[in-house]
Amino acid sequence: MAQIRIQNVRKEFGAFTAVRSSTFTIEDGEFFMLLGPSGCGKTTTLRMMAGLELPTSGEIFIDGEEVGMKPASKRDIAFVFQMFALYPHMNVRKNISYPLVSQGMKRDDVKTRVAEVARILKIENILDRPVGGLSGGDRQRVALGRAIVRRPKAFFMDEPLGALDAEFREHMAEELRALHDRMGATTVYVTHDQLEAMQMGDKIVVMNHGVVEQFGKPQQIYDWPATKFVAQFIGSPPMNFLEFEGMIGIGGKSVDLGEARIEVPAAREGRAGKLTLGVRPEHVRFVTESAYRGRVSAVEYLGTTQIVTLRSSHGDLKARIPSDQFVREDELVGLEFDPRTLSVFDAETGKVLRSDANDGVLGHG
Amino acid sequence: MSYSVTEPSRRQKWFAGVLVVLYALITILPLVWIIATSFKTPSDAIAYPPKTFFTPTVEGYVNVFTTRTRLTEEQLQAVGEPQTWYDRLVRKDGLVISGPSRFAERFTNSVIIGFGSTILCIVLGTAAAYAFSRFKVPLKDDLMFFILSTRMMPPIAVAIPIFLMFRSLGLSDTHAGMILLYTAVNLSLSVWLLKGFIDEIPIEYEEAALIDGYTRFQAFYKVVLPQAATGIASTAIFCLIFAWNEYAFAVLLTSGNAQTAPPFIPTIIGVSGQDWPAVAAGATLFLVPVMVFTILLRKHLLRGITFGAVRK
Repeated sequence: MAQIRIQNVRKEFGAFTAVRSSTFTIEDGEFFMLLGPSGCGKTTTLRMMAGLELPTSGEIFIDGEEVGMKPASKRDIAFVFQMFALYPHMNVRKNISYPLVSQGMKRDDVKTRVAEVARILKIENILDRPVGGLSGGDRQRVALGRAIVRRPKAFFMDEPLGALDAEFREHMAEELRALHDRMGATTVYVTHDQLEAMQMGDKIVVMNHGVVEQFGKPQQIYDWPATKFVAQFIGSPPMNFLEFEGMIGIGGKSVDLGEARIEVPAAREGRAGKLTLGVRPEHVRFVTESAYRGRVSAVEYLGTTQIVTLRSSHGDLKARIPSDQFVREDELVGLEFDPRTLSVFDAETGKVLRSDANDGVLGHG
Repeated sequence: MSYSVTEPSRRQKWFAGVLVVLYALITILPLVWIIATSFKTPSDAIAYPPKTFFTPTVEGYVNVFTTRTRLTEEQLQAVGEPQTWYDRLVRKDGLVISGPSRFAERFTNSVIIGFGSTILCIVLGTAAAYAFSRFKVPLKDDLMFFILSTRMMPPIAVAIPIFLMFRSLGLSDTHAGMILLYTAVNLSLSVWLLKGFIDEIPIEYEEAALIDGYTRFQAFYKVVLPQAATGIASTAIFCLIFAWNEYAFAVLLTSGNAQTAPPFIPTIIGVSGQDWPAVAAGATLFLVPVMVFTILLRKHLLRGITFGAVRK
């Protein structure tokens, strides 16, 4: 098992830069999520770690060893593809034993290892079946089996649940996480699904346009996004942005949105000009007395909660409130935001302003 | 993809069935006639009205493999009684077998040249197609077009230059020359066909093999090749059929040593009168290897072997 370190890694495809100077460290035994929209460079980053692409510049360390230019076969890692990529001309047993055969392992040892893996994944009954007729979940298990049978230094997974049905994905995600906890192997997992990333990951890297936007634990990233992109990408519905012209000084504890003064965590960074106030939907409360008001434009009922869309003088926002709270469309309501949870962004750069609340979790990436 | 989901009516099915049967009759009848002719006597072969039912004989086959001499009565007595069944067969007509004909030799030439060029085409074609499919090749599209452009003119149009080239290179009437020529003609088809097939094989298979600890070549050999078997089989059939049946270049460039069966078969007719059964026997035997080859590879043509292993 191993620590993986990515240092200033850059990848260009001709004129297109897929990954710009990324740096982060994946600790030994971590379940690490590479999250981002499609085309953000997350898969390219993973493929560079695996040795399927060579970085244009920068260094990749696996277990302290620089492997940037080493072929995939020499890195001692396993890769699970989105399309599973099971060898179609072999049966399940052969697929799983294939990586061991390449190492020249003795036949008896191969047999023991395959049997062990089959037991862990509960696929003993399909070992002699051709891979063609297997269900999505079984194929996924076989692909996992092929990965874990080698006991590699690290697992790399490229949207491994992407090809499964939504219903089954949930189940497989749990299984995958349980498998990781049991084996304790460093796992790097690429996904564009923020829920999956939050649900499974120990740590998340959020990428966009080839740049690492933020790096941290799921809750840190959710609560204290480093950029407007992260704030929008994570969370459903995403963080609300209220655009305003104003200023906040170092130590400032409030911002003025028109008439309304809104309390925010004490700023450690001042800025004047175009700013954005970020508030998560669940931190919006309806009150009768408030200087900041919004008009209800839509209500979506979601069972235990409801999402209320409001129009305010600084932009639309959504509030997640208990579904037993009665709201009428077109009603004008007073809004209150939980002051401990707010972020202020520089609207031009999209970066969050450091405050007492988020200072500890930023500064990575 | 769009397709009709309406079940054809009984009448449509019946009509389609009749069409297929008619077409099959039209294509199979000449073959049946050739095979039937090969088992006739020369007089049955030219009988009018044509004979559908006749007493079969293998005389045609004996004739195609032998040369025969007409002897006078005394000479025949001197030779003595015929020893073998084929001796007896030709003795009816007052002939004795004077030696083997060159058919077997020509047939062997066809096998060597046909299969030789097919193998070469497949080896070179697969390698080129793999490279074009998987690697960044400078001017890839232009090169692929160039390869295709070699087939834009009928090959026979350059027969004279090729004849002259072969003469100065000493390739005329050699196996190597003919193998080279047929390979050159077929290679563009083979590269294009195989590239299509290899493009269809998801690259993840190779990547999985690379990660599993195999080298690029091993990944190609152990993962790509088995996947490409269908494409290779059908390409091989195309190449073989062309090389096997090719007539014009064979007439032009070979005369003795490397002559293939197609230019030889028509010459059988002149050995002793119009020996149609011998010609038919030669043609029948000539059909067999391609038929066997096609039937052997048939399962590869029909089986979609990557089915279900990758979800698209």
